[in-house]
Amino acid sequence: MSIKLALRNLLGAGLRTWLNVIVLSFSYVIIIWYQGLIDGWNVQARRDMIAWEIAQGQYWHEAYDSYDPFTLEDSHGSIPDNLAGGNVAPILITQGTIYPEGRIQGVILKGIAKDQQVLRLPTDRLIKENGEIPVLVGKRMATNNKLKEGDYLTLRWRDSNGTFDATEVRIAGIFSTDVPSVDQGNVWLTLEDLQQMTQSEGEATLIVSGSESLNNMNISGWDFKSMDFLLADLDQIIKQKSVGGSIMYILLLLLAMLAIFDTQILSIFRRQKEIGTFIALGMTRKQVVKLFTIEGGMNSVLAALVGAVYGVPLLIMQYKVGYAMPYEPDDFGIAISEVIYPSYSLGLILGTIIIVMLTATIVSYIPARKIAKMNPTDAIKGKIQ
Amino acid sequence: MEKSSIIEINNLIKRFPVGGGFFTALDDINLSFSKGEFTGIVGPSGSGKTTLLNILGSLDVPTEGEATVLDKKISTLSHKQAAQLRNGHIGFIFQTYNLLPVYTVYENVEFPLLLLKMPAREREKAVQEAIEWVGLTDKIKSKPAQLSGGESQRVAIARAMVKKPELVLADEPTANLDSENSHHILRTMEKLNNDLNTTFIFATHDEKVMSYLKRIIRLEDGQVVKDDWMELKEAAS
Repeated sequence: MSIKLALRNLLGAGLRTWLNVIVLSFSYVIIIWYQGLIDGWNVQARRDMIAWEIAQGQYWHEAYDSYDPFTLEDSHGSIPDNLAGGNVAPILITQGTIYPEGRIQGVILKGIAKDQQVLRLPTDRLIKENGEIPVLVGKRMATNNKLKEGDYLTLRWRDSNGTFDATEVRIAGIFSTDVPSVDQGNVWLTLEDLQQMTQSEGEATLIVSGSESLNNMNISGWDFKSMDFLLADLDQIIKQKSVGGSIMYILLLLLAMLAIFDTQILSIFRRQKEIGTFIALGMTRKQVVKLFTIEGGMNSVLAALVGAVYGVPLLIMQYKVGYAMPYEPDDFGIAISEVIYPSYSLGLILGTIIIVMLTATIVSYIPARKIAKMNPTDAIKGKIQ
Repeated sequence: MEKSSIIEINNLIKRFPVGGGFFTALDDINLSFSKGEFTGIVGPSGSGKTTLLNILGSLDVPTEGEATVLDKKISTLSHKQAAQLRNGHIGFIFQTYNLLPVYTVYENVEFPLLLLKMPAREREKAVQEAIEWVGLTDKIKSKPAQLSGGESQRVAIARAMVKKPELVLADEPTANLDSENSHHILRTMEKLNNDLNTTFIFATHDEKVMSYLKRIIRLEDGQVVKDDWMELKEAAS
């Protein structure tokens, strides 16, 4: 009965109800859109890092420290036999210097097998012509250093004996990736070229695993780093972003709840004569409180339906078209695409609906409790201030 | 033939706190009402008419003494029991109609039956019948804002009568109506009183109402100063 009466009251109130419902429906759509965008960003960042850099995990040379480039000279070793020839991509890493337009620019040189299939890097473009050393650079690196495909670049490095050497290299390709750690400051060569240049034949700094079956092997001098370990920094950033996202979520929720709370408070005073009449006609105070609480909760049900009418097509469109980032993605320091495609999980949608409905019902109950204290004889006359 | 009593009021006192002291709205009231009465409680403003009606309707409780309505002692009723008494046995008619503004005429009249959890088919029949009693069949889908004062009060009567209560309490039912509408309303209530043997108790100071009443109880300063049975008077004269 309470549900029938609450629905009757809501629909009967006409514009007042619909204004409330529309405002609340914005909250649903914006919360889902915003959280979907954050989730989409997270999914895309993880996916791209796995595809471009991490794959199924990595074996690191025991002396390799990804945060200390000065250890690179000493942190490489022979590629273990039980990994060689498997679905892996050995990478040799060393420091180098390039001189774009006469400027000096420190870079990380990374040698990777031309025919590797583990990472998305377009290593098949590292085709040697006329004895020149072909290199790949990322789009951001190329833009920042004004490099074009076909350009020649002076490259200087130290071999394993510490001797400086230099040569001309040719930009064989410029690739586009969302992962800054693969692009910015990196020059990619064939593994053979870099091994020769550094006199480290058959050696690598790390070995990227392309198959789970190759993971967690006990190899002397090499430590296996799992996907979770390699994504830990990203996960930390995502966690921080999630906190920011949660604040936004709470703010939006509070705004919506304020609207409901306000309407309910207004209703109690505006509708006191009605409440007195309900009581005179035989409703218990508990029933009146229940009716008002259900009315408030029902606002959120109607809002979910209204939100679905315009929100579903909008969110689907955003899912397909994506959201173009207004800032230079490099500024973020983590893998971020120029266009983010939101990810709407069932958990996000149902979770948001349940949280909004529950909160709306609670904030409706609080002012409705005041009804229980009303003197019905005064309420009938609308005397309560 | 002795009529059965449905209301007994014994030594009833009602006081309201005012400032530091108390205002006595009803002072030692002793009355008895029988089934089928068409009675008016009359008196000037502030004489205690509405307070007495509110107590009889279990919307308020006596400070001292007792009012027994349909064998229920008002002062001992819990909120829930009082609501059950109102819902099942008492109809209210207010001076300002108190229709639910977002409901149609049909929905307003239907409301008490929803509280009684009456089955839909029975409910529909009862609502149609009540709306026919007051002659508003053509306004069934109208909302209160689309009705005149007289029509609104007729809806209020239909709402009070739809559950066929033993007792109807009407607080100044004609105060906001013109003469023609007042007579129309009173004739309707008089007919329902005769046809259904429902007890009507009015709080009024409207002369038009008094001419319809079978019994007039005059209150002044919270005390009963006169209790006249008009039928007996007429017979005597």
